[in-house]
Amino acid sequence: MEFVCNFPFFCIVLSMATGVISSVLKPKAAKALSVILVSLSCICSFLVLGYTIKTGSSFTYMMGHFPAPFGNEIRAGILEGVMASFFSVIMLLSLLGGEKYLKVDIEEPKQNLYFVLVDLLLSSLLALVYTNDLFTAYVFVEINTIAAGGLIMIRSNGHSMLASMKYMIMSLLGSGLLLIGISLQYDLTGHLLMENIQTAIAGLAKTGEYAVPLTVIIGLISVGIAIKSALFPFHAWLSDAYGFSTASSAAILSSLVSKAYIFLLIKIVYRVIGTEVFWNSKITNVFFVLGVAGMLFGSISAMKEHDMRKMIAFSSVAQIGYIYMGLGFGTELGVVAAVFHIMSHAATKSMLFVACRGLSEVSGDKKDFSDLKGAGFRNRIAGAAFSVGAFSMVGVPLFAGFISKLYLTSAALELMSVKMAVAVIVLAISTILNALYFVRAVISIYTPRNEHYRDASFRPGKTFCGGMVCFIGINFVLGLASYPLIIAIEQGLHMFW
Amino acid sequence: MLRNLFANYYEAVSVILFGIGFTTLLLNRNMIKKILGLNIMDTAIYLFLAAKGYIFGRKVPIVTGSVPEPEKYINPIPTGLVLTGIVVSVSVTAVMLSLTIRLYRRYHTLDIDEITRLVKEEK
Repeated sequence: MEFVCNFPFFCIVLSMATGVISSVLKPKAAKALSVILVSLSCICSFLVLGYTIKTGSSFTYMMGHFPAPFGNEIRAGILEGVMASFFSVIMLLSLLGGEKYLKVDIEEPKQNLYFVLVDLLLSSLLALVYTNDLFTAYVFVEINTIAAGGLIMIRSNGHSMLASMKYMIMSLLGSGLLLIGISLQYDLTGHLLMENIQTAIAGLAKTGEYAVPLTVIIGLISVGIAIKSALFPFHAWLSDAYGFSTASSAAILSSLVSKAYIFLLIKIVYRVIGTEVFWNSKITNVFFVLGVAGMLFGSISAMKEHDMRKMIAFSSVAQIGYIYMGLGFGTELGVVAAVFHIMSHAATKSMLFVACRGLSEVSGDKKDFSDLKGAGFRNRIAGAAFSVGAFSMVGVPLFAGFISKLYLTSAALELMSVKMAVAVIVLAISTILNALYFVRAVISIYTPRNEHYRDASFRPGKTFCGGMVCFIGINFVLGLASYPLIIAIEQGLHMFW
Repeated sequence: MLRNLFANYYEAVSVILFGIGFTTLLLNRNMIKKILGLNIMDTAIYLFLAAKGYIFGRKVPIVTGSVPEPEKYINPIPTGLVLTGIVVSVSVTAVMLSLTIRLYRRYHTLDIDEITRLVKEEK
């Protein structure tokens, strides 16, 4: 086994250890350590990705001294490599972009604790991506919940504490369902490692034994993860949680936390339940209906908002709807489109949240459209990033959002059923709705008003500019050179079984 | 149907408890009761796992002295899962309780709807 195979494990353990150390460090040192850690995890994940592409196969890594089926395992293939590197890059950029505002939003003695939470979150994200064991996945889901709740709570005003409470309650309902699903599954198959479960479930599906419990398990696990990733009817916590937390937290929560759960769901579909059993279970229809409903209602809620941050948050509901619609097609092309949309949405939404904070900084720290008028002239780099993000969300060609919409539509056209018509029509309507509120936002930030907010001495921070430029770059790369990535996603999905 | 329920009464009870805990966590307005609901929900799952791991007439899986014979012991994995789960549930409960304390100090109520109203007035 090559040395690079150790990297996933190193990254997970290193980020946990860094989290523990950061709790006794000064804020500056904790921040530096955290940035170094996330960069290191980027490099390691890229090396893992390169290794899996070079060998063309996945590898499993035994944790401890007990071989499968007794011990615990980590597994890495192309898709895991892609996801881990992508999550690390987005996390690094969100931290750098929002770094300036952490000092404003968080009380001085608590600033190092923020980085404890970030490190913990990174470790749980990586563990969710790499794990090959269902119960380990549950444990890290809970660590993720605690860290995410902390990221919302740390701003410690009334709004963010209440938002955190609501987030924790909904999230814990989801983990409860996930845990009982996993327990029932263990009862049925007697395994916790993904391959073994899949073999057992395939056997059960063939003989038709335990059909009802199997459906119940699939339902419990899917609904649990859907609640945690804010699929349409379970999104009540989302707008407050994203709207009142600090910019980096909102960026990380919207682009990484909910996406990691969806990635876990995809992994469970492919590696635990098996695509055939899952697609025959009709739960895809539920995903499809809820996804489509989310696309419409998320956009309608976003249109009604006067608060820019909340508008972006509600647009997340619509975008999560797109992802679940892709999963709901029940075809491989649909899943590829969903995975690509996970990435394009994560890159875009984190950029929008950070840019929005940059715009409100030059508008007297207010978030309403009336105050943000003209902000694009006062903070040009944030204005540019916001416009790029808005165009990408709408799905203008050249930007990342266009490619994911293209793939979603072509996946829909492949279906030849009622779903196809519904999906294409709703995609069109949703695109128009997106355009309505995002174009309104772009127009309002470029309407020359509010001259009293202009401060000639204002300079956007260096890290902010760097982060924004990288975000814009990633968006163009995803929009213009998506083909290698799509190929990688397809190969990664093939490696899943 | 009914015979199955009686034969698996541990599992039936744990599922009922899970339902009670789940609805309390979801619907109750008092935050302390919500946390109680969370704990009932989690404990119900541990009861389920423990019941599943138990094999009638066998011993605790702690090997003492002589050569271990697997058929004398119950299945140790669910017990291990329960222990891990308890740790997770304790930490989540701690976070929730500390959050509740902070909200109570600020708003002097445990009713989450009341707090929502007060927060909206704050602006």
